[in-house]
Amino acid sequence: MLDAVSCFLRAIGARLINAILRLGFAARFFCMVLALSGTSLKRFRLTLREIHFAGVLSLVIIVVSGLFVGMVLGLQGYETLVRSGSEEALGVLVALSLVRELGPVVAGLLFASRAGSAITAEIGLMKATEQLDAMDMMAVNPIARVVAPRFWGGVLSMPLLAALFSAMGIFGGYLVGVVLIGADEGSFWSQMQASVDFQEDILNGVIKSVVFGVAVSWIAVFEGYDCEPTAEGVSRATTRTVVTSSLAILGLDFVLTSLMFGS
Amino acid sequence: MKRASIDIWVGIFVVLGVLALLFLSMRVGNLGGTKLQDPYSLQAHFDNIGGLKVRTPVKSAGVVVGRIESIALDPQNYQAVVSLNMDGRYRFPRDTFATINTSGLLGEQYIGLEPGGDEEVLAPGAEIRKTQSAVVLEKLISQFMFNTAEGGSSK
Amino acid sequence: MNASVSPSLVELRDLHFAYGQRDVLHGVNLTVPRGKVVAIMGGSGSGKTTLMRLIGGQLLPRSGSLSVCGQDVPALGRKDLYALRRRMSMLFQFGALFTDMSVFDNVAFPMREHTELSEPVIHDLVLMKLHAVGLRGAASLMPRELSGGMARRVALARAVALDPELMIYDEPFTGLDPISLGVIGQLIRRLNDALGASSIVVTHDVQESLQMVDYIYFLSAGKVVAEGTPDEIRTSTDPWVHQFVWGEADGPVPFQIPAEPYEQALLGAGDA
Repeated sequence: MLDAVSCFLRAIGARLINAILRLGFAARFFCMVLALSGTSLKRFRLTLREIHFAGVLSLVIIVVSGLFVGMVLGLQGYETLVRSGSEEALGVLVALSLVRELGPVVAGLLFASRAGSAITAEIGLMKATEQLDAMDMMAVNPIARVVAPRFWGGVLSMPLLAALFSAMGIFGGYLVGVVLIGADEGSFWSQMQASVDFQEDILNGVIKSVVFGVAVSWIAVFEGYDCEPTAEGVSRATTRTVVTSSLAILGLDFVLTSLMFGS
Repeated sequence: MKRASIDIWVGIFVVLGVLALLFLSMRVGNLGGTKLQDPYSLQAHFDNIGGLKVRTPVKSAGVVVGRIESIALDPQNYQAVVSLNMDGRYRFPRDTFATINTSGLLGEQYIGLEPGGDEEVLAPGAEIRKTQSAVVLEKLISQFMFNTAEGGSSK
Repeated sequence: MNASVSPSLVELRDLHFAYGQRDVLHGVNLTVPRGKVVAIMGGSGSGKTTLMRLIGGQLLPRSGSLSVCGQDVPALGRKDLYALRRRMSMLFQFGALFTDMSVFDNVAFPMREHTELSEPVIHDLVLMKLHAVGLRGAASLMPRELSGGMARRVALARAVALDPELMIYDEPFTGLDPISLGVIGQLIRRLNDALGASSIVVTHDVQESLQMVDYIYFLSAGKVVAEGTPDEIRTSTDPWVHQFVWGEADGPVPFQIPAEPYEQALLGAGDA
């Protein structure tokens, strides 16, 4: 009995220590990526390729999901608002929920599962097939040549994707609310403009998406670089990227929201 | 060949993203809104400004004529001091009446200006003397309930 | 310390290495003379690959000295290590071609990274290197379109792209059909002599190696257990070498890995 308890406690302790160790490695890795970012900025073509990989290839999923999320918001928002007779606030509701929360968060989650997992798999596969070692032996630093461009590609793509998501969502809300159901077009836009503040809402939303972009890209490149160099290790790292990034996005979203809109 | 197509796609992606950002800040947000031409400032004291916020519009006859620049509390008489950034094209008489209105029932609050009949106009930096405070929510609700009760009985 | 006068390119003296608690190498002495092809042989898990990574500076030894081109590898900082690595080249087990680049770009990679050569010059150089391995016609293919032997040859072309002084091959013969195997073996020899380089071939393919190398080290359990020229090895009476060269199942290298006595393991399990 006592044995079981001590065994249990030891297991918890070991996991915690392991988690903290990994966090430390990840932090050191992050600093290394930043310190070795010179190449990816000087030879911007490397980063351009990764923007294509992380951003352009995520366009379809982001645009389509944004449209549908906005359409649902338009439908649900209208149903709710019409009961209290304030359906002219539909534009505000759709715009604020997208710009402040749904845009960055949902776009971040989609980005993590579409681009983040792909980045992890790509780097992990390069590690498993010794491509990273080969590069290192050719006196080319794989962090500078492979990891940093992917990191920056992700960081630069994410805010643009989140903005596209929000814009498409507002358009979707407009389609359902105004075109389909027939809420007043004038008040949809004018109330939205009157209530959505550039600094308070839009800038904060953009800041959120930048933070999520850094977090997801960091997790993705770290998991890829740190994975066990086997097929199984790569697949496990890919799963971990999606899980960890999603949790990080939701946790960070709470922290950022309370910092931005709390007081 | 492959390089060029990557370039084009990244270009399209960046342009789309920037357009979305512009759309959000101009069309959705209030950054573009109405551009104020050679602005001047006015002051107004209110007993209570309710939920008024910086950058909300100042309207006269429904037209946006300025925006709220800053809000502070006067430490002497504990009134709210609101400074307005006004469009230079519009000048208002000295006896203009400033009220805090709400757009719609639960909408955003804004400052409404009702011009008086004075010959002289408010100079830049001048103070609007006649002001009316915001309607407090409780009053608003009781007013609303009173109105609907009345409307119901008259039907 | 002034090792630049030494005739040998690589010198290992009493090298020890361990992964954590697990000892991998204890006391390896090894020399690679300039212009020679040296094979390091041993069974799986004998520390061959570790030895190779130590020479490349990817791992640090626990003790002992290790010099390449007269430089003390473990003491080098990142910058000096990278400068040294430009003078050597490593061929990985399965080629380790960059999967997102064409064959041409793979071979051009070291040139583009390390030289200021213009694109037309690089184009000509790459075709020369590919011609040397007989794959000029495959320049525009992607690595996934290549067979194992072709991929290995492309990797070889990439490895000699910057005319290295030292070539290190990690298991170059693994998983190849006999023809490809012979081709790779010949290429290693030819390139070594044409470049005036020195080569280390880490392998367990005895017959192929005996035909093409100048000197052989046998590694077992982290130690050099035998060494000699191919002729000496063929005629060696050392039981260990005999077992390895003729591929016998049992001998000094036991078939069974060390374990508790058989009867005890079977009966003990029944008791529990």
